[in-house]
Amino acid sequence: MNWAPAFLSNPDRFMAFSRWAAPMFGVIALVLAVVGLWMGFTAPDDYQQGATVRIMFIHVPAAIICEFIYACLAIASFLALVFRHVLADCAAQAAASLGAGFTFLALVTGSLWGRPMWGAWWVWDARLTSVLVLFLLYVAYLALRASLDDEAKASRAAAILALVGVVNLPIIHFSVEWWNSLHQGSSMFTKGALAPVYLWPLLIMNLAYLSAFGSLWLVRIRGEVWRRRAEAAALRAMGA
Amino acid sequence: MNRLAVLIARETALAWGRGGGPLVALGFYAGVATLLPLGIGPEPERLAAIALGAAWVALALASLLSLERLFERDYEDGALDLLVLSRTPLELTCLVKCAGQWLATGAPLALAAPVAAIALGAPPALAPLVLASALLGGIAFAFMGGIGAALSLGARRGGVLTAVIVLPLFVPPVIFGGGALDSFAAGLPWTGGFLLLAAYAAAAVALGPLAMAAACRNALS
Repeated sequence: MNWAPAFLSNPDRFMAFSRWAAPMFGVIALVLAVVGLWMGFTAPDDYQQGATVRIMFIHVPAAIICEFIYACLAIASFLALVFRHVLADCAAQAAASLGAGFTFLALVTGSLWGRPMWGAWWVWDARLTSVLVLFLLYVAYLALRASLDDEAKASRAAAILALVGVVNLPIIHFSVEWWNSLHQGSSMFTKGALAPVYLWPLLIMNLAYLSAFGSLWLVRIRGEVWRRRAEAAALRAMGA
Repeated sequence: MNRLAVLIARETALAWGRGGGPLVALGFYAGVATLLPLGIGPEPERLAAIALGAAWVALALASLLSLERLFERDYEDGALDLLVLSRTPLELTCLVKCAGQWLATGAPLALAAPVAAIALGAPPALAPLVLASALLGGIAFAFMGGIGAALSLGARRGGVLTAVIVLPLFVPPVIFGGGALDSFAAGLPWTGGFLLLAAYAAAAVALGPLAMAAACRNALS
């Protein structure tokens, strides 16, 4: 994977690559989502959860990918902070709002699943709580970015926050697990082998989310690059 | 060494004098501790159940109050430029600033914490542990809070932004301290949570100044 940032660090090469890669990932995501959802909806009802089990195909991939996006955000922030690379900064900015969106989706679908299963919209389970804190970290990143007027300063301050967050995330996860095992015996998630009828659609949906994120990420980075180019052009025109 | 002593004296004096110093934080803390029983109801057993947690969370909130001015005052009047240019490493300056902040708000709040906890109905035998964990937690809050304060330099509505940035980072110390107090009250082993809180505070002291210095340099660039 080492070659990818080096190859794509040239904006022109990145724009040429993403021009066809973004729609390609989008089509892959669409096909995979249709297949995965079709398999998911035709799978038999779970003997315990009934039809509610189908929320899993929307929910679990979202919960997985929101952590993955934070890793992308942290790597992009690191590259932007250390190498002052504009594309990396665009990538961090684009990843943050997508990450907040996927985290929100995971929280909402989890809540919808929790109501019939646990009888409560929200329980203070360790995993729910750490996803909620992850959402708050995304919100803090976006708020910091939005409230600094100087764009270069905003991007570097936000990158520092993303890196502080990446140091803190494992500690937050650990502390929430510790807190939960202290307060109540965790029996919410009994781990059993997932039957293949559920495992396959879940895996396909995971890949669908991954390509959807890839596509949306590239599109948003492209948009950000165009916006900056337009601003630079406007400044040049004013100066001329 | 002399430069450092002057810096420590300056930061502590500023923290004590800055907008009322410890009085504002203490007043806010007393206010929150008063509002809680008013909102929850005066039954002693209900209050006693939440006393420790409430005193602890109110502490985290009160330590947010004066964070906003930690760097902003020096940023506005240009003192921060001089501090960056001085031969003392900016990381060390940030560490001294946060230590001053802790002396001026964290330590007085820690002294008030047992009073609030007992007033809400916690057993008086808990007072030493409440004091000790509030002292340690205050260090973590001051240094984590300093990161938020330095990052929001030059931002519109910096105070609210600092709180939004800092509150997710306050999760571990709030959990560890609250857990230690709860276990102690229940007669369970409590050293685990207490030591984790101490570890988090130590990590915040060690790593926080690096992030703060980077944020200050960025704000001034």
